[in-house]
Amino acid sequence: MKILVCISQVPDTSTKVVLKDNNTAVESNGVTYIINPYDEWYGLIRAIELKESGVASEIDLVTVGKANTEPVIRKALALGGDKAIRIDADSNDPYLTAVYIADYAKSEHYDLILCGKESIDYNNGTVGSMLAELLDMDYIGFATEIKIEGNTAIVKREIEGGEETDSCNFPLVISCQKGVAEARIPNMRGIMAARTRPLNVVTPAAIEPVTSILSYELPPAKAGVKLVDPADMDQLVELLHSEAKVI
Amino acid sequence: MSVIVFVEHDGGIIKKKNFEAVQYASGIAQKMSATVTAVILGTIGDAELEKLGEYGAQKVLHVEDSRLDELHPRAYTSALLAAIEKEGAKIIVTLNDINGRAVAPRIAVKLKAGLVAGALTYPDMEKGFVIKKAVYSGKAFAYVNIASDTKVIMLMPNTFPLAKTEGKAAIEKLAVNFGDKDFGIKVKEVSKVTGEVSLSDAALVVSGGRGMKGPENWYLIENLAKELGAATACSRPVSDSDWRPHHEHVGQTGGTIRPDLYIAVGISGAIQHLAGVNGSKTIVVINRDPEAPFFKAANYGIVGDAMEVLPRLTEAVKKFKLHK
Repeated sequence: MKILVCISQVPDTSTKVVLKDNNTAVESNGVTYIINPYDEWYGLIRAIELKESGVASEIDLVTVGKANTEPVIRKALALGGDKAIRIDADSNDPYLTAVYIADYAKSEHYDLILCGKESIDYNNGTVGSMLAELLDMDYIGFATEIKIEGNTAIVKREIEGGEETDSCNFPLVISCQKGVAEARIPNMRGIMAARTRPLNVVTPAAIEPVTSILSYELPPAKAGVKLVDPADMDQLVELLHSEAKVI
Repeated sequence: MSVIVFVEHDGGIIKKKNFEAVQYASGIAQKMSATVTAVILGTIGDAELEKLGEYGAQKVLHVEDSRLDELHPRAYTSALLAAIEKEGAKIIVTLNDINGRAVAPRIAVKLKAGLVAGALTYPDMEKGFVIKKAVYSGKAFAYVNIASDTKVIMLMPNTFPLAKTEGKAAIEKLAVNFGDKDFGIKVKEVSKVTGEVSLSDAALVVSGGRGMKGPENWYLIENLAKELGAATACSRPVSDSDWRPHHEHVGQTGGTIRPDLYIAVGISGAIQHLAGVNGSKTIVVINRDPEAPFFKAANYGIVGDAMEVLPRLTEAVKKFKLHK
């Protein structure tokens, strides 16, 4: 079984967002970049587990990004994966990202494509489902457990107010979240091995984006906290009722 | 021309957030002198469908096929595409939720339509077709322009208050020819948490962190939640320590919620936690440590011991409900 794991480079979770160029761009100077946690902790690690248990034969990693994303891809390779593919483009349009990846993946015949439930920068959570449509595959989103039985994936996924277990034959795209796997730390052997694993750079398909980000804005600062006496919870309830109007 | 809105339902009951999507579609349609067609799939009664008129749908297309009572992203896509074609729709509205994310991206790709996931505003048509959405998990907002002729908008639930109108919708049944691949996913088991309020839908949420000291103290959170009719949530260290189930974890790497009221108990307020809850309309923070960073993001703060404050607050809510 051949698995493709989609990897996105994102700012570290502790990053404070700073805007620049008249609020049309986000400052990248001083920002530490990481593998999108949903892609890494869940999608990539589950793929590695499937290879370790002999279920998967090959794991490829794919990312859409310019050369500055290579350290993050190398870090992903240090965790596991046979080779990486970097599609040489900047994209914040999910359609563009999905078409780039699909254009590469269509001739590779992956059985399973794993991605995180969303990236923590643009929070769209749409590329996996788009890939499924572009590659004529099924899609299961918000997975919390993935098991493989022969040619079939048994997937637990989140539904509103509960959980559902689905089964689906390959080929299939799954978006992963907490539960699918436990995070790991790359070891020295992995880091050394990652240096020699191939990282192929692919020219993106020639298409135009259908959306663009015109500007950014930071949330307004909170007006300041109103402290309530811990002995007087009647006052808090009154404030929530008559001032905040939430109860 | 019509604006198509995909309306989900929960076993034949249309929820508040789905009416919100219809109302949102109606707001867009009014700006463009268009009408609103709601598309609804699976088993549901006409009395429930008629309610869609009260939120601005002129027409309801009902695909009455019991196989659609389960989520089948490809079948849902086929049904919606049939409706879009029938109505000649150029704007498609869904919610930014689990089912919306399984369907809207497929439709967007099929129609080569630009998509905005998590819309917080109506489109600004004077500057193009510009919609505001949260990025960096709520640490910033982006103004996204859709350049394509056909547009897909996924509305963030709980963004606009609901207002009923006198409108009436005409209900039509729509027959769809499904393909062999449309039902490739087999549902083997469904387990719903009953008797509790679902976290993603909840208007009120009570959440606990490490300051609760251990799972044995969670009854204090649960008692308050029960009294308020609230859902319960927790911070990442709590779910990592298995004090609480994973699905209760809210934060940048857990769930993102936007309730009317978020009560955080014993949570210090790390930037990653805030990212999952900063869309909440009102935030109450209960913490022993007056220096906890969460107080900076709170509307109301109580500096005190959760073990003492929680029972007091639960009593106060009980009293309030009696006198209301």
